[in-house]
Amino acid sequence: MPFESPSRSSGPSAAQRRIEAMAAAARRRRRLQVALPWLIIIGTFLLWELVCRVFDIPPFILPAPSAIAQSMVKWWVPLLENSWQTLMTTLIGFALAIVFGLLLGVAIGSSTLLYHGLYPLLIAFNSVPKVAVVPILVIWFGIGTIPAVITAFLISFFPIVVNVATGIATVEPELRDVLRALGARPSDIIRKVGLPRAMPYFFASLKIAITVAFVGSIIAETVAANKGIGHLMMLASSRFDVPLVFAGLIVTGVMGVLMYVVAVAIENRTTGWAMRGQDSGQVSVAGV
Amino acid sequence: MERPFVEIDDVSMRYGGAEGTLALRGTSMRIAKGEFVAVVGPSGCGKSTLMRLVTGLWPCSAGSVIVAGKEVDGPLSMAGMAFQAPTMLPWRTILQNVMLPLEVVEPHRRRLRAERAMYEEKARRLLALVGLKGFEDKTPHQLSGGMQQRASLCRALIHDPELLMLDEPFGALDVFTREDLWVELQGVCNILKPTVILVTHDLKEAVFLADRVLIMSARPGRIIAERRVPFERPRSLEITYTQPFQQLVHDLREHISAARRGEEPPLAAPAVQEAPHAV
Repeated sequence: MPFESPSRSSGPSAAQRRIEAMAAAARRRRRLQVALPWLIIIGTFLLWELVCRVFDIPPFILPAPSAIAQSMVKWWVPLLENSWQTLMTTLIGFALAIVFGLLLGVAIGSSTLLYHGLYPLLIAFNSVPKVAVVPILVIWFGIGTIPAVITAFLISFFPIVVNVATGIATVEPELRDVLRALGARPSDIIRKVGLPRAMPYFFASLKIAITVAFVGSIIAETVAANKGIGHLMMLASSRFDVPLVFAGLIVTGVMGVLMYVVAVAIENRTTGWAMRGQDSGQVSVAGV
Repeated sequence: MERPFVEIDDVSMRYGGAEGTLALRGTSMRIAKGEFVAVVGPSGCGKSTLMRLVTGLWPCSAGSVIVAGKEVDGPLSMAGMAFQAPTMLPWRTILQNVMLPLEVVEPHRRRLRAERAMYEEKARRLLALVGLKGFEDKTPHQLSGGMQQRASLCRALIHDPELLMLDEPFGALDVFTREDLWVELQGVCNILKPTVILVTHDLKEAVFLADRVLIMSARPGRIIAERRVPFERPRSLEITYTQPFQQLVHDLREHISAARRGEEPPLAAPAVQEAPHAV
């Protein structure tokens, strides 16, 4: 009876207590995990405020969070209007990037010929700094929303193409054989296997693409625009209103995080099958 | 006499141009309709190449492959295949995975929408036949490797293929699961009666399942011997312990050893040469 002796000496309730203690520890961990991002953000702002006050840093070098908050309250109408403009610009560019990124990714991923033919050009294109492209766009389309939309599109399109192409190109050769021996057309293989298989890659790329899309639209707005957060920040800095510049930065960061969260939510809903590792871990903890 | 279902005549296969590796050299074989043939041979002898040639996935460099009286010049569009890896699609349930061929093969492809219930019933019956009743709506990762392999067999059989190609389908499984699946595969084949080509390096498996065992030489591969398996069907696992069965396995083992010696010098004596399935 080697298995019974420990439980007999400490009693069955001791074992129960141990399991409950473990469950409580797991619950505490989970709560910490949820709270941690907020704690870190608040902590950063507190530290920032403290540094500004202790070293008496002038607001036009580094404004304290309190000064930024004041500026936000004071200028909330233009901040809201311009961030709405930037959000719309970014989302239109991002939507274009999704459409063209998917199309080109599928094409490149399913054809070795296209892959080898187009990849060098794509890489060259992605290496060009987008700031350098904006003046050209302004010459073509004039100052305004269109250059910003196109810049957001150009910058966020590459990660989508590369990821979708990878997902489609890495279909297992055995699976391809199974389907080909059944008389499947190449379009069947892409539809039944390639595309669903590429979805986790696609959503992973969306998380990157949405954040860089903000970079693209704001770059364009700082160079040539009459609306948008980028434009607002340029105006503010030309007036040495540094707290407002920082307010613009923070608003941009918040928008980026929000869009990222949306992308993650869509990813979890649609491609949960690819995340079984994390899922099963959570299930077992919740089951205790 | 009826014309053989599969006729392979003097087929050669070379990879990578004129200077490339010769994988198959002058291979010929005839397989009757409904026959179960196992192809065994030392590793790298071109067994898998042979399968891809027969199904038309690859064109052969020389010779001809005729299936059902028609020269093979492209993918067959009706062969069921199963490999060592189950290759289930993780985003589909087991039932949906098994029904995948029906979405591709004619004429099922056209009928599937209208007669979904009938096809689904068929898939469920097939799954029940290999002991997967109750797992139809699970996803592949909820199943063990052996269960996924069972589902993979069902996927290869769902469209009643006339030709079933099995490339070491049980290679990655433990001995007990493997033997269970032999019996199940035999049962399914008894009902559906497809023509089967099984590529394996497990001699016991070949003898247990096949009507005829073909032995291939080391690369470049060709058929060097064949053995008819005389045992009555259905065969039970008990038969693997009988003297005639083991004699046949031993006999095949000798051929394989000879085939290997023909190509490479013996490095050291195998530790358990007499064990029939120690391949």
